[in-house]
Amino acid sequence: MGDVMEDFEEKKYDVLVVGAGGAGIRAAIAASDEGATVCLVSKSLLGKAHTVMAEGGAAAALGNADERDNWKAHFRDTIRGGKHLNNWKMAKIHAEQAPERIMELEKWGAVFDRTKDGKINQRNFGGHRFPRLAHVGDRTGLEIIRTVQDKVIHQENVDILMECTVAKILTENNQAIGALAYYRNNGKLVSIQAKSTIIATGGIGKAYRVTSNSWEYTGDGHALAYLAGADLQDMEFIQFHPTGMVWPPSVKGTLVTEGVRGEGGILLNNKNERFMFNYIPEAFAAETAKNEKEANDWLKGVKGAMRPPELLTRDVVAKAIMKEVKEGRGSPHGGAFLDIANRQPPEYIKKKLPSMYHQFKELGDLDITTEPMEVGPTTHYMMGGIRVDAETGASTLKGMYAAGEAAAGLHGANRLGGNSLSDLLVFGNIAGRSAATFAMNSKERSINKNDLKEAIANTLEYFDNDKKENPYHLHEELQDIMENHAGIVRDEKELIKGIEKLKELEKRVENVKAFGSRSYNPSWHLCLDLKNMIVTSLAVTEAAKERRESRGGHTRLDYPDYNDELGMLNIIIRKGPDGINVIKSDKKTMPDDLDEFVHKEAI
Amino acid sequence: MKRKVIIQRGEKSDFFMHEFEMEGGPGMVILDAVHQIQAKDAPDLAVRWNCKAGKCGSCSAEVNGEPKLMCMCRMSDYDESEPIVIKPMKAFPVIKDLVTDVSWNYEVNKKILPYQHPDTEDPRMLQEDVDRVQEFRKCIECFLCQDVCHVIRDSDMKSEYAGPRFLMRNAMLEMHPLDQGNRLETLKEDNGIGLCNITRCCTEVCPENITITDNAIIPMKERVVDEYYDPLKWIWKKLTG
Repeated sequence: MGDVMEDFEEKKYDVLVVGAGGAGIRAAIAASDEGATVCLVSKSLLGKAHTVMAEGGAAAALGNADERDNWKAHFRDTIRGGKHLNNWKMAKIHAEQAPERIMELEKWGAVFDRTKDGKINQRNFGGHRFPRLAHVGDRTGLEIIRTVQDKVIHQENVDILMECTVAKILTENNQAIGALAYYRNNGKLVSIQAKSTIIATGGIGKAYRVTSNSWEYTGDGHALAYLAGADLQDMEFIQFHPTGMVWPPSVKGTLVTEGVRGEGGILLNNKNERFMFNYIPEAFAAETAKNEKEANDWLKGVKGAMRPPELLTRDVVAKAIMKEVKEGRGSPHGGAFLDIANRQPPEYIKKKLPSMYHQFKELGDLDITTEPMEVGPTTHYMMGGIRVDAETGASTLKGMYAAGEAAAGLHGANRLGGNSLSDLLVFGNIAGRSAATFAMNSKERSINKNDLKEAIANTLEYFDNDKKENPYHLHEELQDIMENHAGIVRDEKELIKGIEKLKELEKRVENVKAFGSRSYNPSWHLCLDLKNMIVTSLAVTEAAKERRESRGGHTRLDYPDYNDELGMLNIIIRKGPDGINVIKSDKKTMPDDLDEFVHKEAI
Repeated sequence: MKRKVIIQRGEKSDFFMHEFEMEGGPGMVILDAVHQIQAKDAPDLAVRWNCKAGKCGSCSAEVNGEPKLMCMCRMSDYDESEPIVIKPMKAFPVIKDLVTDVSWNYEVNKKILPYQHPDTEDPRMLQEDVDRVQEFRKCIECFLCQDVCHVIRDSDMKSEYAGPRFLMRNAMLEMHPLDQGNRLETLKEDNGIGLCNITRCCTEVCPENITITDNAIIPMKERVVDEYYDPLKWIWKKLTG
């Protein structure tokens, strides 16, 4: 590039929000309410983010469908589901504030399904003791993102940059001071100076082949934060959702909502056995039905009936399906049968699960009101992420905040279904407010021209003529490595091999080529996304190697049990001078009264 | 099995038809074909997509002349002996290849009076009162209805007309049991509801099967007519000022 500075646009705000899914938009609304000027950067068009894929509902202890529910019960379920690795303060704040955040959506125009007396209805879901998920059929995520989207466009002082991607977070003296981004449509660059930055970029699923995630989920926020100097935490904990489509191949991994089981759907193996009764963990035995009669009583709404084993937490159900398949009891395409057809009338299924009905009809030639579906595990959610402070969402890097899937802590080792939509509302709001307050009490720091120049050069270098590798092919190789070496079951040998392969691939990614011009060029975008996926994949495998136990979403064949000592630790990934540093950090312990309540056998 | 796929390529107004051969497979959708071509033959082929499950409404295009979501459109539904032709949506300016500039839609939406919540404690809504509104809220903003509407597609009256998507958004707000706003004047003046001539093309292409014309637009047309063209009302207004 020489001394000629590339042409770029310059912008200046109090708060920069990277990512415009539920968490990012909610954060932008909060920051704007506090009086800050906000730049909301959206990798795709507004309202298309991965939040639209959330189907089942948003968990909040409103107590509308069962008055016994309360924040403490939600808190207890979240911690038990997370296998006690959660940041207890986050779990408490989340359970306390979720009802308020849901009610607020109604004030902004959301229309949830109703109870008979006209309140927000709530459905059953895995790991939740009471019916707790506010929902709209099976398209709750769409309802939530559309509601906050239509709110944010009328907020004061919020600029929304659509189809714009952040390439680098710029820092000065260990403080985030802005970012370099590019517009996808014309490839032009923009420097965004901001007194504080919120990372709300979602997950990492595109590092895996079989995934329910969309193309955007390339771990951008995790990598941006790590490279800027912020700590990552719990990166070994990836949720493999038990029910993804398995057939046809083109839709392998596409999500089948847990709502199917919440509405009474059951899992069967090829011997027509309801196998989940064989996989009830001791810790959940007191709150789970032991036989079909008890489980059917629950479906009929018999008071005091225990929940069916299909609604055990996702880690448990995913591993059970895998075991059935491995032992020869799987469905023809290597999954389990999920049957709602024999449990609910066709009209009810179409009303409560319309998009599932549609999805199987269109893509799988199957009518879910008359036939069972075939389902199997799919990479779904990143429990780990940027290490944050529970009360403010502040990362360990000054001026940087994080919320939603990109942040770690709330879900511990396994997330409960329904807790992600409430997570992004609660912590999006918190991060937005804190980042605005921080920004409005901070001095302006201008971006160093040399840093910017370097960032620009790094963003454009993929067009160089000496680059050779095809980004699409390297992406496929990366997905194979992660699927084979850091998938649903892991062991030391495979993880070490995986790390070696990732390091080799990392070198080849330096040589990856963007073909063609800078206007709307997916090959260039993928070059940049690949860099982020490599960083996050290395963080995942290094953390997974270090956690020599099995807990929640992290399963080690060589260490199949809980290790109490490791259960008290979080694994931290930090950038060091020679690459990744893996650090063990003491988990914060919760007050005795809450701890006792969580450990009660049944409530 | 080998299939021929022809894709319109190029930027702004400089277009050409690019023929590719690709390998079909069981259950494959049009978007899979585009991705395979990208990885194999045309790395810079521009296509907009996100969820690949019919939920985000990003991958709208025209497949053999029909407006479709590419992720929900099976290859096997098309005659194997004929090439499949994929073009970008016609009603919007092309950015590159299959990607169009749909920003106009976002501008239209911004001008619609948003939901106005009542100032009452604990407002309730019954399911039967929100069923209709929920139908409209299924919209994934794929803009295929906008693409196919003659008023936009053929007459390009974007400055006077909001299009089915946003006439329906108005209807959703107007039929919301709690909403306190009134959008009839803007529906008539800014959003040009009178321009819709009820050909129901929007309803036909909606991937969410929303009955846009009959359930949303016609009731709003009637309300506008009642408000502005009812002679008794007109006289009453004149008299009372």
